[in-house]
Amino acid sequence: MRVTLFVTCVVDQFYPEVGESVVNVLGRQGIGVDFPAAQTCCGQPAFNAGFTDEARAVAERFLEVFEGADPIVVPSGSCAAMVRNLYGELFRDDPELLQKAKAIGERLYEFSEYLVDVLKRPDLAASLDGSATYHQCCHLLRELGVDVQPKSLLGSIEGLEMREMEQAEVCCGFGGTFAVKFPELSTAMLNDKLDNAAATGADMLVASDATCLMHMEGGIRRRGDSIQPVHIAQLLDRATAEQESRV
Amino acid sequence: MRVRSAEFKKRSAETARDPRRQAALQMLYDGLHKGRIAAAAATDNWEELRVKGRAIKWHTIRNLDYYLELLEERVVANGGKVYFANDDAEASEYVMGVARANDVKTVIKSKSMVSEEMGLNEAFEEAGIRPVETDLGEYIIQLANEPPYHLIAPAIHKTREEISDLIQQAAGGPREEDPKDLTKTARRLLREEFRTAEMGVSGVNFAVAETGSIALVTNEGNGRMVTSAPRVHVAIMGMEKVIPSMQDLSTMLRILIRSATGQRISSYVTIVNGPRKAPEEDGPDEFHLVIVNNGRENLLKDPQLREALLCIRCGACLNACPVYRKAGGHAYGWVYPGPIGAVITPVMSGKKRAKDLPFASTLCGACREVCPVSIDLPTLLLRLRSDLAEGKAAPGERSSVLMERLSFKIWRFGMLHASAFGLGGRIASAGMWPISRRGWLRRLPPPFSGWTSSRDFPRIAFRPFRARFRSRGGG
Ligand code: SF4
Repeated sequence: MRVTLFVTCVVDQFYPEVGESVVNVLGRQGIGVDFPAAQTCCGQPAFNAGFTDEARAVAERFLEVFEGADPIVVPSGSCAAMVRNLYGELFRDDPELLQKAKAIGERLYEFSEYLVDVLKRPDLAASLDGSATYHQCCHLLRELGVDVQPKSLLGSIEGLEMREMEQAEVCCGFGGTFAVKFPELSTAMLNDKLDNAAATGADMLVASDATCLMHMEGGIRRRGDSIQPVHIAQLLDRATAEQESRV
Repeated sequence: MRVRSAEFKKRSAETARDPRRQAALQMLYDGLHKGRIAAAAATDNWEELRVKGRAIKWHTIRNLDYYLELLEERVVANGGKVYFANDDAEASEYVMGVARANDVKTVIKSKSMVSEEMGLNEAFEEAGIRPVETDLGEYIIQLANEPPYHLIAPAIHKTREEISDLIQQAAGGPREEDPKDLTKTARRLLREEFRTAEMGVSGVNFAVAETGSIALVTNEGNGRMVTSAPRVHVAIMGMEKVIPSMQDLSTMLRILIRSATGQRISSYVTIVNGPRKAPEEDGPDEFHLVIVNNGRENLLKDPQLREALLCIRCGACLNACPVYRKAGGHAYGWVYPGPIGAVITPVMSGKKRAKDLPFASTLCGACREVCPVSIDLPTLLLRLRSDLAEGKAAPGERSSVLMERLSFKIWRFGMLHASAFGLGGRIASAGMWPISRRGWLRRLPPPFSGWTSSRDFPRIAFRPFRARFRSRGGG
């Protein structure tokens, strides 16, 4: 079986190791990965900033690049939500593109959603010693309604203790240009998030979106916190590799 | 009321730094927000009620003229008077006229957000009439001479010490600290006002068209006093507050109260059917219903933004909003704060003056999740951003600076050409190299300096994923 990977612009440019982990984890499940090299971005940054024409041009290109791909896997709830939900808004006056967007949206899955809902593997037979706390990224949780899927994947890792933080479902304060336009508000939200994460005493802070992770990691480094930020794909990669080497 | 939304950045940053305000705002999450979640969980048919409530509101908004006319007809049949005010000034003028005609010296008020739009208290004072707010929270902010901080908890930002000071100044006598004593003193002061005021002004939670009634939801019983003790009662409502029937009222009250406070029912629900009629002993001689437009038409005539008129002002989206909980209520600069305020303030009071508000959100979706009528607030914010960024709705309203527009043009080019994208990444990565340490940057030039004021920024990878994928020979 093969999937097409939309790796997202942020993973491609800032967190390439997350993309590699996605390929590794899927590979261990017997899934091959295709990567259309023409891909760039889904258009969300411009759309969120109000630059609708720019967003539409880039989104249209996304639809061309991924035309016919099935299924499409994305290691980001936010980019998946952009395609699945917000393209409906972006193309609301263009029935033809709307139809195309809808069709692609139906074939596109966030990484953990794909593993659990499509592959039906909520337990990857993985193991890793340590403790982790999970930040529920906003768009994955509230745009896509993906809640238990990443939790069950993490919960099934042998040796990994999951510790729930206070306000795990509250935004980390990233919000795209929001973080730059309203730095005081964004930072105050981030500090709450990092305080709550640190209070669990966990070794790792897990998130399912590289953008949220970039924001939280930026804060962790500046504050000098000891918690290790990690993308869920990286954690599953390590834990499945660990298991393989043990067997 | 004066619109101060242009000061959002400054005032929200001040609040984010103020530990007293932050402590109060945090209580909204632990108290009202968790209360709302628990109340919904304890209501078996909660989702059904939400769907029903949304349908009732949509039906009414789509047939607003019909229901407003029906309401008028029934209120008049009940012996009341109806006045349609096109804006805040017209509404104030009418209320002042009623007060003058009745030689009013003191007005008691129960909570009305529309009267805040009108700046009604100042108008009374200018006319030599003394307004007294009787909702405890409103009373406190009236003493402090401040606008409300929250839709249902107007004085939530005040600490106990601040409230003690305010009440002591009003009451004289010893300074009290215990909330019970403070409430008792406020009650004593207000009792006297209830007895003597010649006119009562109330808000309206819902107006029922078929019966010409208005419904008020309170926990202090002040709404009942204001609407029945004085000789004249003036009720003020935004024109979207009408609903068709008593049956509908039952649905709307269920979702409103649970969403507002987490209660199943408030201590008081007061339904007023106009002035006192022949054999009745209680009630006012005159009943006036003022139905206010004041910019709501701007929402109504836009097929998408119209959704904001479904709002029943429960305040749940404020409690759920992590941005509101940092920025505080006053930063939004007008009457309605939080996510719903960020949508309706620009549209009702002029986009130019409130340009920042639609951008002051991370689009995290917490508001839509708790809204009892499921208003798609994030999408409405996106829509306003689209109007504002390049001044599409009106050039004078453009919110972006040249730098930002230019950046997105370049971005667009890069994203449309994968080779330019790859090359641009490499150049940027190399450019970042000398100023980065272990792959991270501590300082970026404006406009990105906002990020690095408190967070490091990652250097773009030397070898992006696309290169790594190629060299590992696929997946
Ligand atoms: S938008 Fe929804 S949640 Fe917010 S105040 Fe209005 S009804 Fe309540």
